[in-house]
Amino acid sequence: MASEAHAIHGETLALREQFDTAAQQKDASSLGMWIFLVTEIMFFGGMFLAYTAYRSWYPDVFGAASRTLNATIGALNTAVLLCSSFTMVLAVRAGQLGRRKAVIVFLALTLILGLVFLGVKAFEWNEKFQEHHIPGPAFHLEGTPFQGHAQLFFSLYFAMTGLHALHMIIGAGLLIYLIVQTKRGIFSAEYYTPIDMVGLYWHFVDVIWIYLFPLLYLIDRHGPKA
Amino acid sequence: MSAQHIDSVKTYAWVWIALLILTGVTTGVAYIDLGPFSLPVALAIAVGKMLLVALFFMHVRHSNSLTKLVVLGGLMWLGILLLLSMADFVTRGWIRIPGK
Repeated sequence: MASEAHAIHGETLALREQFDTAAQQKDASSLGMWIFLVTEIMFFGGMFLAYTAYRSWYPDVFGAASRTLNATIGALNTAVLLCSSFTMVLAVRAGQLGRRKAVIVFLALTLILGLVFLGVKAFEWNEKFQEHHIPGPAFHLEGTPFQGHAQLFFSLYFAMTGLHALHMIIGAGLLIYLIVQTKRGIFSAEYYTPIDMVGLYWHFVDVIWIYLFPLLYLIDRHGPKA
Repeated sequence: MSAQHIDSVKTYAWVWIALLILTGVTTGVAYIDLGPFSLPVALAIAVGKMLLVALFFMHVRHSNSLTKLVVLGGLMWLGILLLLSMADFVTRGWIRIPGK
């Protein structure tokens, strides 16, 4: 076949030397990416475990601490992130179709929405500083004698949202890289694997937030006011 | 993806709208007192959202069996981590240990 003969003489981005077909190369890429994401699941998993253990031990303090978070802002930020996943999947779709301009537009929209999310997060963290909800000597949560247990909640809150935000920052860097690469004309309908893989990463980070939002913000909204 | 699957914008838009609605539902339901069912309901909605993102946005429904197996394997390992560790944390107070 002509395409195979072509591949023997000069490998392309879509078909590297070590692969028989472009489909095989794509499968290998997504398999590798998924294995990386599984290691990420376990990475975050340790924190979700610590959260589960301490919440099961101190449910009331966790509920009271959770009520101090702004659930409306949390819900709106969740919506922002879900919108960014939507624009990301449209960028991948545009990549599949080889529509370069659309790829750039959707990647840029994803980047903007990601930065909005991070901006809101920074605003929320700043509020925590003002309210003395940062674990440490100045920590104070109203309405509970269990300051240590309350600090556990906020330690987990900052560790989990912090690690999530770090992933978002890395994701934003990857999006900028993709926008530059797309502008340089690297990608085509035959080869858009990096867009596809960053898409998987971006959606994964979204899924982590899908769990963080109810677990951190919505533990006990109907209980007595703290 | 073994064979190239290009989903329609309409499909993605429906998934996106469903995700936004579920976010509203999970927020709203948190203000209703469901007693012990609060957490299971919140987690069920989160799992539903995860499935929507994974199956549609992450193309798992078009992926080959090996990729699907890896995804399930990852969730299984997370299950082992949570289940076995919590079997310890939850049952620690169940038996009185003399002298402790």
